[in-house]
Amino acid sequence: MTTPRPDAGGAADDAASVHDLPIDSDIEVTDARPAARPRPVHLRWSYIGLVAFGGAVGTGVRETLSLLIPAAGAFPVGIFVINITGAFALGLVLETLLHLGADEGARRMLRLLIGTGFMGGYTTYSTFAVGVAQAFTGGHAWVGVLYGVLTVVVGAAASFAGIAVGAEIQRWRALPGRRNR
Amino acid sequence: MNPGVFAALCVAGGVGAALRFVVDGLVRSRVKSVFPWGTAVINVSGSLLLGVLIGLTLSAVVAPQWALVLGTGMMGGYTTFSTASIETMRLVQEREYVMAFSNGFVVLIATVAAGFGGLWLGAAV
Repeated sequence: MTTPRPDAGGAADDAASVHDLPIDSDIEVTDARPAARPRPVHLRWSYIGLVAFGGAVGTGVRETLSLLIPAAGAFPVGIFVINITGAFALGLVLETLLHLGADEGARRMLRLLIGTGFMGGYTTYSTFAVGVAQAFTGGHAWVGVLYGVLTVVVGAAASFAGIAVGAEIQRWRALPGRRNR
Repeated sequence: MNPGVFAALCVAGGVGAALRFVVDGLVRSRVKSVFPWGTAVINVSGSLLLGVLIGLTLSAVVAPQWALVLGTGMMGGYTTFSTASIETMRLVQEREYVMAFSNGFVVLIATVAAGFGGLWLGAAV
């Protein structure tokens, strides 16, 4: 059973195209538009570029460290150390930036470069997850369970420690005696 | 590792990180939730793709350099452990204990399952 569907699309399109035309023929179409909402941060090329640059450097450091740190049997120590140190460092960086002021301007750029970019590229979830899966397929199921649970638990603790250390540094910096440097 | 492959791996990591930034932003702007769906979606999809790439190398369909550049590089930069960990702690601080547990362990199980699936898919080719 097919019922004819009223085709509202055409009429709406016509209305939209009429509204796009400037009322005064001397105004450019772009000028006549109402002040647009600012483009979201994740769609601005300058910010995407910052994240990409930080991510490339972080990925290089991760690969270098993971080649240098030997595995302990079936336990990938390198990726474990990388993810734990990265979780700590991201907590420290975000907490410090939070104390320095609102997430805008230079602080936002630092957050995207160091936090989202570098720390995001440095740490990895995919190599971790596939590592756990490969421990299972390699017949080391208990190593896989240990690797998975230890990474998640120690990672959360490291994030907490990073946030706590960041807050402590800022508290110390704000002590009255430290004000006049 | 040869320097060309290492350089490509770094560039691919940058592309992956940029992709994560955009995907996370798009998910955040569409799904209003306390649960960090963006990071979860990124980590599960990235684990699946890395599994496929490694599976394809194991079945000798793809040269190991490609698994290094696209897997270790791009998928490594795309997925992230640090943000996932911070988000778990944020949920703990907000007393959203069930969500914190899910973000830690349910996401872990989902990513490992995706990794398994990927390895199987890649090896089956």
